[in-house]
Amino acid sequence: MGLLSKRDTKLITDPLADNNPITIQVLGICSALAITAELEASIVMSIAVLFVLGLGNVVISLMRNIIPSKIRIIVQLIVVATLVIIVDLVLKAFAYQLSKTLSVFVGLIITNCIIMGRFEAFALANGPWKSFLDGIGNSLGYAVILIIVGFFRELLGSGSLLGFPVLGDAIEKTGVYAYGYENNGFMLLAPMALITVGLIIWVQRNKSKALIED
Amino acid sequence: MEKRTDKNSYTILFAVIMVFVVGASLAFLATSLKGKIDENKRLEKQQNILYAMGVNDNDEKSVAFISTDNVAKEFSTYITKQVIIQGDNVTEDDEAYLIDLKVESAKSKEASYQRRLPLFIGEKEGAPYYIVPMRGKGLWDAIWGYISLDKNLVVQGVFFDHKGETPGLGANINQRFFMDDFTGEHILNQKENFAGIAVSKSNIDPKNERKTDNAVDAIAGATITGDGIAAMIRKDLRMYMPYLQTLKN
Repeated sequence: MGLLSKRDTKLITDPLADNNPITIQVLGICSALAITAELEASIVMSIAVLFVLGLGNVVISLMRNIIPSKIRIIVQLIVVATLVIIVDLVLKAFAYQLSKTLSVFVGLIITNCIIMGRFEAFALANGPWKSFLDGIGNSLGYAVILIIVGFFRELLGSGSLLGFPVLGDAIEKTGVYAYGYENNGFMLLAPMALITVGLIIWVQRNKSKALIED
Repeated sequence: MEKRTDKNSYTILFAVIMVFVVGASLAFLATSLKGKIDENKRLEKQQNILYAMGVNDNDEKSVAFISTDNVAKEFSTYITKQVIIQGDNVTEDDEAYLIDLKVESAKSKEASYQRRLPLFIGEKEGAPYYIVPMRGKGLWDAIWGYISLDKNLVVQGVFFDHKGETPGLGANINQRFFMDDFTGEHILNQKENFAGIAVSKSNIDPKNERKTDNAVDAIAGATITGDGIAAMIRKDLRMYMPYLQTLKN
């Protein structure tokens, strides 16, 4: 047996599909709608959440026996806010340009329900190593959906991927635009993100046997 | 039996200690990093001002500032004069760029206070540049920028930035495809009155060929941020007009 037991592996793989935080638990929808107009923003947000959720889960798990149950939500909120502020301050002092790129995401991370959800549902009842894996698994599950949505929104909305125009130039009418193709500006707006997430849920519920309801 | 952690006294004690520890450690971190952060902000301001007058390391697509190691030197080379305009008084001040527009704007709400307006005068290849700092509101938070004009009040370059606009939408105001459109735009209308530059959804000029229409193309999905930019230009640039008009004559 390697580093991960079977159960540990499940902690990582489960949230990727059958227990995905966005499509199945419907958590973290707000940020999934807000920042997926571009693939790059989706990726940056995914990495930021991976970091905060992995670390936050460990911290909460270590504190799980001393946190008073009456104020546990507040304590969780303080932990995640503190982590995010520390990271932000350190970046501002030593990697200023990077911090400018990330600063928009900071507020969004604190309010991300996946983070609070995993603290509450998992880290409070499990040890640090398991909590860490759970955090990584859930943020990867979050990342997968964000990147899929970001991919389609940027491709269909702006005709580019990671800022690189893949469909030709919309203004000069080259590439597919020469044949009368137009970018769909609606893809850039939040409603289309919700519809895209809806389509992913539809496909997933159709494909996965575990999720088919009577 | 009641658990130890359910007791009220424990809860209160925990809360007090937690607040104290977290507050103290964050305060300590913030104070110890403050010098470094302020220095970064100061250099960034210089980079932004130089960027607006076209002194930057841009390649074809991306935004690239003069490196932080060189910026102080380049700033003193290109920015020949910094002035503070206060009503009819124009005074020179080498630290005008440190004036906080937010503070000035708050102070100016009192009728007795005459707002200090910093203006940076630069010179590149023999031609003078007048760089005006601006600050306004976006959708979520503050937006700010610098606009550089020649003496005919034609825009030579701009720089915009924001605190928390939506990534992928409003946040794109600091991207080249948006900022570059402003270059060459006129801020006066045909009758030579101040008109500013609108961020328009309906000017149907995606290649930005009409430079005298006082409008640039908006970003799809970023209406409020775009309107914020237009309002910021209208409001802040207007305050400089009495001074800038004198340059034309």
